[in-house]
Amino acid sequence: MADIRNNFVGIKSPNPFWLASAPPTDKAYNVERAFKAGWGGVVWKTLGEEGPPVVNVNGPRYGAIWGADRRLLGLNNIELITDRDLYTNLREMKQVKKNWPDRAIIASIMVPCTEEAWKAILPLVEETEVDGIELNFGCPHGMSERGMGAAVGQVPEYIEMVVRWCKQYTRMPVITKLTPNVTDIRKPARAAKAGGTDAVSLINTINSIVSVDLDNFAPNPTVGGKGSHGGYCGPAVKPIALNMVAEIARDPETYGLPISGIGGITTWRDAAEFLALGAGNVQVCTAAMTYGFKIVQEMITGLSDWMDAKGHQSLDDIIGRAVPNVTDWQYLNLNYIAKAHIDQDACIKCGRCHIACEDTSHQAITQFVDGVRHFEVMEEECVGCNLCVNVCPVENCITMEALPAGELDKRTGKVVDPVYANWTTHPNNPMARQAAE
Amino acid sequence: MERLGSGSAPGIEAGRLTPAEYETNFADLHPRLDRHEALVAADRCYFCYDAPCMTACPTTIDIPMFIRQISTGNPLGSAKTIFDQNILGGMCARVCPTETLCEEACVRNTAEDRPVEIGRLQRYATDIAMEAGRQFYTRPAPTGKTVAVVGAGPAGLAAAHRLAMHGHSVVILDAREKAGGLNEYGIATYKAVDEFASREVEYVTAIGGIEIRNGQALGRDFSLSDLTAQYDAVFLAMGLAGVNGLGIEGEDLAGVDDAVDFIAALRQAKDKATVPIGRRIVVLGGGMTAIDAAIQAKLLGAEEVTICYRRGKEHMNASGYEQDLATANGVIIRHWLAPKRILGKDGSVAGIEVEYTAMRDGKLVPTDETGVIAADQIMKAIGQSFLASGLGALAMERGRIAVDAESRTSVERVWAGGDCVGVGEDLTVSAVAQGRDAAESINRVLAAGIQPATAVA
Repeated sequence: MADIRNNFVGIKSPNPFWLASAPPTDKAYNVERAFKAGWGGVVWKTLGEEGPPVVNVNGPRYGAIWGADRRLLGLNNIELITDRDLYTNLREMKQVKKNWPDRAIIASIMVPCTEEAWKAILPLVEETEVDGIELNFGCPHGMSERGMGAAVGQVPEYIEMVVRWCKQYTRMPVITKLTPNVTDIRKPARAAKAGGTDAVSLINTINSIVSVDLDNFAPNPTVGGKGSHGGYCGPAVKPIALNMVAEIARDPETYGLPISGIGGITTWRDAAEFLALGAGNVQVCTAAMTYGFKIVQEMITGLSDWMDAKGHQSLDDIIGRAVPNVTDWQYLNLNYIAKAHIDQDACIKCGRCHIACEDTSHQAITQFVDGVRHFEVMEEECVGCNLCVNVCPVENCITMEALPAGELDKRTGKVVDPVYANWTTHPNNPMARQAAE
Repeated sequence: MERLGSGSAPGIEAGRLTPAEYETNFADLHPRLDRHEALVAADRCYFCYDAPCMTACPTTIDIPMFIRQISTGNPLGSAKTIFDQNILGGMCARVCPTETLCEEACVRNTAEDRPVEIGRLQRYATDIAMEAGRQFYTRPAPTGKTVAVVGAGPAGLAAAHRLAMHGHSVVILDAREKAGGLNEYGIATYKAVDEFASREVEYVTAIGGIEIRNGQALGRDFSLSDLTAQYDAVFLAMGLAGVNGLGIEGEDLAGVDDAVDFIAALRQAKDKATVPIGRRIVVLGGGMTAIDAAIQAKLLGAEEVTICYRRGKEHMNASGYEQDLATANGVIIRHWLAPKRILGKDGSVAGIEVEYTAMRDGKLVPTDETGVIAADQIMKAIGQSFLASGLGALAMERGRIAVDAESRTSVERVWAGGDCVGVGEDLTVSAVAQGRDAAESINRVLAAGIQPATAVA
């Protein structure tokens, strides 16, 4: 049996699956249920400063997009940080941690961007004996209008400053949660590192309008005829999150900085992909909000079974394994040549590969052969783009086959060169030409 | 359960079941999908390119497009896509043997043996449009041309609608009391409940410019030459009026009935409890009529219903789906049995002597081995034949009206389509296609006639 116990910046949990700071972790009742279901840890829903708590809208807080059979693909929300009294939250956190000593509890915090505010709340949190804190610099709606959340996360100097205060006023590990609503995710990550953060977590939700109600011409969710942008999450954001995690993991300036991966994780496979791209553990929200806490059991067994099948002993065997294979486009091997191949036995003759290629790409797939409906790749036209593979409704019906070295590429009339060669040395690259001259 | 009716009484009796049983038995076979079901079903469509289902449809409905319109929440647009090709798309959604047409061609069969439910999706969209009374076509300014259509069945109605779309006036002459043809008289009751056939006639004719005259029979009330004299063009679509006979002893006994008459009488009966049915029934034939008659006999409370077909299962015209539906309803289907003699007692049917048949050297031959099946009612469903008079010198081909590729007959300005010509598959949907295309051909001729003469340059 693979060992999936997790140690993230010294915080131990029986598995790498934490619930992200969000509605599922707003109070003891939910968190107790989550731990009973098997979650390794939770990041408690974000605490605000002492005093009257924030208020939420009293209308709809969520909007969504759906795939086939109304499967939820993307969720958007306009909910704010916890709207419960600070001391109620702290009391419950302390009690739950006492009840579940083997599970991780992290306090998410968002207070105004002043040293006093942070200095005031940190001892209160520390007193609960939870395992660490997460700085919410991500929330893109509501709180950001008040100079908190993403308003901090979008300014690297503020990130560095607040992280520094936190490291100064608490002994607890500090995880800095980043907003994806920036142009270059490496900048806030570098700032967090400069401030001394123990880790970063990402991504928070993405600015979004999830849909427009075409009857009253207002964004969804509509509150009394108006809508506001919300934070987008769920399976749809996973590719964006994976890239941002990878960008930080392979940035020389932040290389080795622990990352808690967040963004659309729904299955063990999603989690394994985040781990492979350098995340030390993962946080989940939308999947639990869609299906309930039980999904963690699929994640635990799925990850463990896959690791067993592949011979991976512990999480350290997989964390970051894909990072060296993430590179810039300019370093991709231009002498690697692949052609699509259609398995005629698996083909159901829907014609989608043909029309995708014919209408929108390279006219490399037949529709008829000898007058019979037959879809076949014309290698002399195929550039190996993979579009047909992606539009084919049958898995593994179309595959990309690499041409071995020495083989003739019928499209270019050239023999496949075994030597790695990329754009930096390509004769068409003006920079390469200059270098040669 | 206590039966109100005559239960398992021998002979041919009405009221064998309780009112509740009649209601259950003759309810809609496949109720319309609700919105969610339709979205789930529509999601399964791959939006194939040059889709095989579309090619398999005799009316070439753009099936991937109408399903996509359902999935995007546009059922009215979907209905228009259907009606553009097939104005009787509502009935076709109910009666088409989709399992041998579009759904057989569906590529989902290859991957998972379960096609997209095209027929039921078509019904979903067309029902919504028809219930909303949504008309998609308006009649342009009248051209002044009038076309006579003989027969208000699928071919005639499809032709009339398309002619009206081109601005021509149409007079439909139909021999029956109600319009609709086989849609009204020849379809199993549970396939077209709630007066659907007559509602569809109203929907189709609502475009305007179509007058239906009922009780007008060709050869009795008018002749083809009357029509060619009075109208600019004629479309013959009177279907098949004759029923094939057995030509065996005992055929004139009480209790020997034509299946088409039984089906029609049942469809027209307001109260199904008034329709008499035998206790033991033998249906002769292997097509849809035999299946429809047998199932409905069972649903009326017959104790034992046996279909006897003189060839094998694979030769039956009824689809595998229809055969399964029959056996699921308790009908026994026996193959390789030919009727030899109907046995009577006191002037009524008492049974049927059948003879086993065999295929030898590609020919169906009797085997001398016989047996008797007890029965108090025999239904003949061995095919219909063309029967008409008043056609003058109109050329015939293999017993039906001869037509060319454009549905033109041997007589100038006379077209024909539907079951009365020999080219179709005797399906509603084929009749619709022929009526529609004949109307286009008629319009080409009429339009050429009404164009102003071109001055010589």
